[in-house]
Amino acid sequence: MNDITLGLLEAARLVMTLDPELVAISLLSLRVTLSALVFASLIAIPLGTLLAIQRFRFRRTAIALLNALMGLPPVVVGLVVYVLLSRSGPLGVLGLLFTPTAMIAAQVIIITPLIASVTHQAMRDLWSDYHDLLISLNTSKAQRIATLMWDGRRTLLTAALAGFGRAIGEVGAIMIVGGNIDNATRVLTTAIALETGKGNFALALGLGFVLIGLAIAVNFAIHALSRTEREGRW
Amino acid sequence: MTPRPLLAGTFLLAALPVQAQEMRMAVTTSFENSGLADVLLPAIAEDTGIEVQLLVVGTGQAIRLGEAGDVDAILVHAQAAEEEFVSAGFGTARQPIMYNDFVIVGPSEDPAGLADLSSAVAAVTAVEMTEAPFVSRGDDSGTHKAELALWSEALLDPETFGPWYNAVGAGMGSALNTAAGLNAYILADRASWLNFGNKGDLAVLFEGDPALYNQYTYIPVNPERHPNVQADLAMELQDWLTSPAAQELIDNYTIAGEALFVFNADDPEAASPTPPAPAPIE
Repeated sequence: MNDITLGLLEAARLVMTLDPELVAISLLSLRVTLSALVFASLIAIPLGTLLAIQRFRFRRTAIALLNALMGLPPVVVGLVVYVLLSRSGPLGVLGLLFTPTAMIAAQVIIITPLIASVTHQAMRDLWSDYHDLLISLNTSKAQRIATLMWDGRRTLLTAALAGFGRAIGEVGAIMIVGGNIDNATRVLTTAIALETGKGNFALALGLGFVLIGLAIAVNFAIHALSRTEREGRW
Repeated sequence: MTPRPLLAGTFLLAALPVQAQEMRMAVTTSFENSGLADVLLPAIAEDTGIEVQLLVVGTGQAIRLGEAGDVDAILVHAQAAEEEFVSAGFGTARQPIMYNDFVIVGPSEDPAGLADLSSAVAAVTAVEMTEAPFVSRGDDSGTHKAELALWSEALLDPETFGPWYNAVGAGMGSALNTAAGLNAYILADRASWLNFGNKGDLAVLFEGDPALYNQYTYIPVNPERHPNVQADLAMELQDWLTSPAAQELIDNYTIAGEALFVFNADDPEAASPTPPAPAPIE
């Protein structure tokens, strides 16, 4: 109990004083995760929708594979991205290891299957409602995907937020590919791991509460933004 | 979902940081946990304009990073592995910088009676005889290698130990956390121990044996092997680390009134295969 109280106090102190280091690592956390979310959504949402409406030979296998990939172990993704980006690896010339770009790449790989899978589930149900209508209107495939995505936008938001939740709290992969370098690639989760390692439980917990607060704030912000723009049209 | 140019625009892909005066150095957790880095790095930035980015890993991984050319220099403490690294052509040359010492930490009631013993080998033998819980780093780090050297000198093989021997495969801090939780013995470097915030019921029970001497060595990564490494910066950093300015900061760094490191870059014997054991710190 005592450690938790101390952690809460530490979180309050960090936030009240707007600790410059905390602000820097929180902003990097947000930058990495939101960039990863944008890229992953651009891939996953059309992919998931296409899987819902397109019939092809290995469709069941593809869907099963996608669902399985939701459970990709981040630490393995981190290791693979690390080996690829290492100077002695195939993409070493890019010099991307231990940069935020590498962290974004790892997170895109981790959350794309999750977003695509949730998208597919939602779009499949929607497609069974819209199927006859869209076929009878003689729509093109692109039009069908666009219609489903637009009318299912609320579920898609949920899918994206699930991806955000997985990415913002992730530590295994970004620790490996980012290296947790102070002032360069340190984010909230890796800082928490570091402080735990030093036995500074109060500070580690404090950072943890800040991270939870941040995740909640982003969720609220996205919901608020969506509502004010599209009142009554959901 | 409508496209949100605001979000997408604000959080564009990270541009590469300007590489002008930044270099990367892999260091051991024990060095980083000592807090000395927080003293040295600002001074390095001020005197040389080099911003040193630290990758804090175990000695084993630090050497791997150097072999792959992912860092420009390494600062580690494991003589045999260092010599192999240099002789295989991955590093240019070993430059001793400083030393500190290891201590054996354990439950303050000291069930194995370490406090009365006179040598580190006798101390680990006593732990084995009483089968008191022991936490090993188990991560191929310099500290882990030092611990294994003690067992082998005591003619004991950790592979044959019972469940009292816990190889956690973690950094110094995490291993200390585990030791505090299990109330177990552990070999730790003095700096990490003094800076550790979760000591629990643990205390230093054995120290001062020259066998616990711990030499830190700086090795620039060989630019002939990896043309991408910033050899100039690595040499500039080496010049600084062996300078009187570094000596002053290293020798005067204390935690709770205890000196932690002794600068010995100027000691020609320090790099030799069998360094004369200096007097223990304190």
